[in-house]
Amino acid sequence: MDPYWQPIWLTIKLAGSTTLLLLIIGTPIAWWLARSRHWLRQPIAAVVALPLVLPPTVLGFYLLILLGPNGPIGGATESLGLGLLPFTFEGLVVASILYSLPFTVQPLQNAFQAIEGRYLEAAATLSASPIDRFFSIVIPMARPGFLSAAVLTFAHTVGEFGVVLMIGGNIPGETKVLSVAIYDHVESLEYAQAHWLSAGMVVFSFVVLVTLYSLNGRPGSGLVK
Amino acid sequence: MNDKRGITACFRCSYPGFELDVNLQLPGQGVTALFGHSGCGKTTLLRCMAGLQSADGVMSVNGDIWQDEKTCVPVHRRPLAYVFQDASLFPHLSVRKNLLYGYRRTPGQQRKIHPEQVEQWLGLSHLMNRMPDRLSGGERQRVAIARALLTSPGVLLMDEPLSALDQNSKQDIMPYLETLRDSLSMPILYVSHSAAEVARLADYIVMMDNGRVTAEGPLQETLARTDQPFGLEDDAGVIINTTIGVIEEQWHLARGDFDSGHLWIRSNGNLTKGQSVRVQVLARDISIALNPHPDQSIQNLIPARIDQIADDISPGIALTRLVAGTTPFVARLTTRSVETLALKEGQQVWMQVKSVAIVD
Repeated sequence: MDPYWQPIWLTIKLAGSTTLLLLIIGTPIAWWLARSRHWLRQPIAAVVALPLVLPPTVLGFYLLILLGPNGPIGGATESLGLGLLPFTFEGLVVASILYSLPFTVQPLQNAFQAIEGRYLEAAATLSASPIDRFFSIVIPMARPGFLSAAVLTFAHTVGEFGVVLMIGGNIPGETKVLSVAIYDHVESLEYAQAHWLSAGMVVFSFVVLVTLYSLNGRPGSGLVK
Repeated sequence: MNDKRGITACFRCSYPGFELDVNLQLPGQGVTALFGHSGCGKTTLLRCMAGLQSADGVMSVNGDIWQDEKTCVPVHRRPLAYVFQDASLFPHLSVRKNLLYGYRRTPGQQRKIHPEQVEQWLGLSHLMNRMPDRLSGGERQRVAIARALLTSPGVLLMDEPLSALDQNSKQDIMPYLETLRDSLSMPILYVSHSAAEVARLADYIVMMDNGRVTAEGPLQETLARTDQPFGLEDDAGVIINTTIGVIEEQWHLARGDFDSGHLWIRSNGNLTKGQSVRVQVLARDISIALNPHPDQSIQNLIPARIDQIADDISPGIALTRLVAGTTPFVARLTTRSVETLALKEGQQVWMQVKSVAIVD
């Protein structure tokens, strides 16, 4: 592939896989956080929100240790024959999932909380089992929340830099995503290329946010309050 | 397995500032009204019956055990239908899809009520493709009732289905409820704080106050009780189910027959022969004569036996329970009349009924 397009394609691939996996992982977490009265609810909500406040380097640093050859997870992946995750695309996906988790969970959690219990009760009296209620009532009614979650997660993953640099490094075609490529261009004083990519990012981000706001009608909904 | 027909509901639960403690045996057919002012626990009781709220207790419907010490069937496996105060139609589904939500989840061989039927019963044909937010309050509630019925339930639970509606919508929906009462064989439990709705719909009544049952019984019997658990005072009276036997157009009168006599009702031309009509006879509209006087204007003269004479809460008034055949009536007489006519319990007298109103 044209090395010029390579970081862009890699970024889309990373953001796409992260978004898809996070919608699957984040939905049950968000549902539990929205409905549970368990004492662990607040601590878990805090853990999910941690990436919002932590410097990405902190997250990247611990992931590097955990996934590295001497870390517990690194040891496990190696003995399973999966190899080591740091400095691979898969490693980037794992890191992005953790880093973008709040951007999936929080819009979903807000959407789930907005669904009044009476609809679920009505569905129960109409013979719908809990799983059935989730798919026939909760998911359709929370559709704007799913849309926000997907768009925010995708956009946030596209914009990540610190974690990528810590855990992925700068391997063309494997871990060199857009934000790293821009950094590279600036380092080597290739301002023209940096301009193209940066302006592209500005336009992309603007389009994403305009789409999101006009779809939801409520700016800022689903973001941290 | 409990073979008994009827509904057993025995619940006990407490919240800060409120305790529910009831033990009811209710009829397995007809409309049972759970009546009381707001906060008396009637809705909580209905929710416990449905399993929407957890409480210790026993619940069985016509031999089918829903809850006891060992088991608690989850709501979605109970053969019930529930109509909420606020309709709770699914906002993302059209009327048609709302209706079919429960129907599709009911196994084929258990479906006894079908969409075409409820469409007709509840007048929904022109609404099928609308979204719930394009419906009026009354229409929404009709859709909710239809949606509930399409699960072909063993019992229909209704939680103040009319309370969120304005007077016109109430008048609008009442005939539909009467149709359902008369055409469905399933028992209906109807929560209400409106004496008018209860008078019009109920066959059996449970009065509640502060989480407890204060009175219960068949509607007619309960309304004719001299201790007046309803506290209707001036409006005390009985409700009688009659069937129109004769219509005399020339006099604008119709004869409503009940099991032990008949009452002449003023007809405004919209009654038909054979129609069943609920009429109300107020206690203050009944006077008593020892002999049937032919030379008087009152049309309704019914022989009856004095069953009980009790003091009313108003001084100088005696609330008198009379029985014509098997039908109880209640009359408000002055204590002076009781004294001068020397009325006593067990005596045969003639009831003169000044006015009979169709309940609506």
